[in-house]
Amino acid sequence: MQGLEVRGLSKKFGGLTVSENIDFDLKPGDRKALIGPNGAGKSTFSNLVTGILPPSSGTIRFDGVDIGKLNEAQRVKRGIAKTFQITTLFRDLTVRENLRLPILERQGRGFAMFRRADGNGETEAEVAALIDAFALEPLADKRVADLAYGQQRLVELALTLALKPRVLILDEPAAGVPSSETHLIVQAIEALPPDLAVLIIEHDMDLVFRVAAQIVVLVQGRILTEGTPQEIAANAQVRDLYLGGHGHD
Amino acid sequence: MMNRIAPFALLALAVALYFALPYNLAFLTRILIMAVLVLSLDLVLGFAGIATLGQAAFYGAGAYAAGLFAIHAWADPIAGLVVAGVAGAVLAFISGLIVLRAHGLTLIMLTIAVAAICHEIANKARDVTGGADGLRGIRMEPVLGLFEFDFVGQTGFWYALAVLAAVFTFLTLLTRAPFGLSLRGIHESPERMAAIGTSVYWRRVAAYTLGGAIAGVAGALSAQVTQLVSLESFSFTLSAEALIMLILGGTGRLYGAVLGTLVFMFVHHWAAANDPFNWLFVIGALVLAVVFFLPRGLVAVPTALKRLGGQNAGS
Ligand SMILES: Nc1ncnc2c1ncn2[C@@H]1O[C@H](COP(=O)(O)OP(=O)(O)OP(=O)(O)O)[C@@H](O)[C@H]1O
Ligand SMILES: [Mg+2]
Repeated sequence: MQGLEVRGLSKKFGGLTVSENIDFDLKPGDRKALIGPNGAGKSTFSNLVTGILPPSSGTIRFDGVDIGKLNEAQRVKRGIAKTFQITTLFRDLTVRENLRLPILERQGRGFAMFRRADGNGETEAEVAALIDAFALEPLADKRVADLAYGQQRLVELALTLALKPRVLILDEPAAGVPSSETHLIVQAIEALPPDLAVLIIEHDMDLVFRVAAQIVVLVQGRILTEGTPQEIAANAQVRDLYLGGHGHD
Repeated sequence: MMNRIAPFALLALAVALYFALPYNLAFLTRILIMAVLVLSLDLVLGFAGIATLGQAAFYGAGAYAAGLFAIHAWADPIAGLVVAGVAGAVLAFISGLIVLRAHGLTLIMLTIAVAAICHEIANKARDVTGGADGLRGIRMEPVLGLFEFDFVGQTGFWYALAVLAAVFTFLTLLTRAPFGLSLRGIHESPERMAAIGTSVYWRRVAAYTLGGAIAGVAGALSAQVTQLVSLESFSFTLSAEALIMLILGGTGRLYGAVLGTLVFMFVHHWAAANDPFNWLFVIGALVLAVVFFLPRGLVAVPTALKRLGGQNAGS
């Protein structure tokens, strides 16, 4: 099968079960959302898929190949990338440098010692294209640390796309972004390549309903239900969860 | 701007010092050699963010390798530098494979342990290394077959200066290259670096190995110029002093390493001459002052002055 195939995935932290027997598929072109209350295990699930955390049990296949033994960097090389819930960028580097780095790494130039990092035409063309696509031109030579948080989220998204992933996991891309700027994030997600497999973890239901074709609901590490936005909106259990005071941000 | 003038300013300063202190060439040469060692530390710590207190391990390995190579194989200085660079690199690679699995305090302890083990091995293998008496009887051939090492130390000075300039140039290129950018990336955020598909561990091992090679070259310079290698070249003091020099000058900017070495060595020289027992207090006070007032090191002095000037003009 093309894409991601997760079977029976579980994760325990000591006695605490944070993921329990999760089955999950993500195919090229999919736009799936993963929702659930705080602490449901959404970020943990994304960390298991990307190899940041080792699972307690279960299998993860990508294009039919078991990738469970691969570390994070190796999975990125295969095309699985994620953005972090809390922006994780090279804060002291400029926007341009932040985008240049992943491109150089993907091109396998990371060990080059005798040419300038900004001296490769192919790399620079990609950097320029990303800056253009995300309208980052006015910020391109600023240090990331000096950018507003919403702008940093955009850089994080651009940086992750610089990896040319085939599976993209977005962990709360709009968290911390002022509502006046969420539309920029939505636009960026809507403009993603159509054949990219996208999983978006998000609390902002407006955003979820705008971009997701399928929604998976995770509660206490287990998949409660899965369906189209209409089905999920009509689901009494999910309504209870979100309106019944279990709370989300 | 600063980056562009700094190398030439430092070079001019070196030449000026050569003419200003013609009877202290041994001391000046020692500064140049230390600067090479501190530059190697800047690559490892300042750029790659690897906290180490054991850089002397590679300096010592280079010094003994160059000394032994000159005595038993070939006394050509440049060949000796290459052999020492390889020795430093090999030791750094092998020890790096182990110590770089650790982080933080554990990592620091392990780097200290590696240097301590080298010290002990050199001490025990007295048949080869001369043990506590040091490795003696090093006689070098002329540099490039042209320049005899002279009694006053003129050749030694220019030779060390040339090697320092070469190392500085190499590191300048390296830090502007993709490899250097990736080291800054690792320094900034190892998590993000892994998330863009980089094996942070291997990149660190590579930086550590290169740093070991350069430290080895520094050790070789010392062995060739002084015609002596002592156990001190593996000492904790040497690692620690190199670190202090780097912090004094400012990390991650190369010329900070050279500046820090210069200031430390001169203050040390002057303070030790005036008060052989209390010179450490002077160094200590200097380090404290820099850490408190110039956390980015002495290289930040121009910026700090500019800011002060700007404030005064503004108010
Ligand atoms: N490294 C860890 N060690 C122990 N417990 C952890 C660890 N990481 C997460 N947890 C716990 O696992 C549970 C799930 O955390 P996770 O971050 O996956 O939730 P989430 O669904 O992403 O929540 P949020 O919506 O707040 O981001 C929480 O109870 C959390 O405290
Ligand atoms: Mg989360």
